[in-house]
Amino acid sequence: MEAILFYTLAAVVVVFAAMTVLARNPVRSAVYLISALIAIAGLFLLQEAEFVAAVQVLVYVGGIMVLFLFVIMLVNVREVLGQPKANRQVTTAVILALVLGGELVFFLTRGARFFQGKEPDPGVIARVQTMNTESVGTILYTTYLLPFEIASVLLLVAIVGAVVLSKKQI
Amino acid sequence: MIITPTHYLVLSALVFTIGVIGVLTRRNVIIVLMSIELMVNSVNLNLIAFSDQLQKLGGQVFAVFVITVAAAEAAVGLGIVISLFRNKETVNADEMDLMKW
Repeated sequence: MEAILFYTLAAVVVVFAAMTVLARNPVRSAVYLISALIAIAGLFLLQEAEFVAAVQVLVYVGGIMVLFLFVIMLVNVREVLGQPKANRQVTTAVILALVLGGELVFFLTRGARFFQGKEPDPGVIARVQTMNTESVGTILYTTYLLPFEIASVLLLVAIVGAVVLSKKQI
Repeated sequence: MIITPTHYLVLSALVFTIGVIGVLTRRNVIIVLMSIELMVNSVNLNLIAFSDQLQKLGGQVFAVFVITVAAAEAAVGLGIVISLFRNKETVNADEMDLMKW
């Protein structure tokens, strides 16, 4: 069951990711990316990360992608039909990226036995499975309190930066 | 058949490669930004896979941080796109050569 779900979602992710990169129209690209992100949220659910899956859908699909769609409609570039969608370095870039991907997959599959890991103790599993959001919240506000605060400062800086950048004159 | 973290890592590598191809080849800056989001998401996939494997929640917390950083990056990146479009009437990466010498 898990395998069927994994392979289905993985296929959806890869296909929609490829379509995001290949689509000519930016709006279509954004919609494909939304589908890929939702499928990735499904993969998170499959790994018992309910909180991150919810955050993925809320923040990515509900926030970031809506922002992208707004900007696409704001800049509203008329697509010239004859214009190429890729730049001049396309051949080199694709070859290098495929070498990089092949390398990654090669070494990941070679080192597969190192990722089997140790058997976690059953008490931890029970806790993680039963209340994922609660556990994440607890650990976020205790162990990772400082990074959490830094993230909030980063968001503030990003808000100010985005406003300053897109204002006509300050 | 059992799904190991390696499956997730290979999937993540594939998504990352697709994102790299998008960043390196597309001319539309908005699609380049979307490809960066794809790469960020592949990293999240890795973090969650290891979090599930080791039964430690640190990976999930860091995935949340990564999503935060991605949101900040998208906001600033799109702000730059808007101001560039205002100045140069284009979102084409080839025509943005102000800082080239």
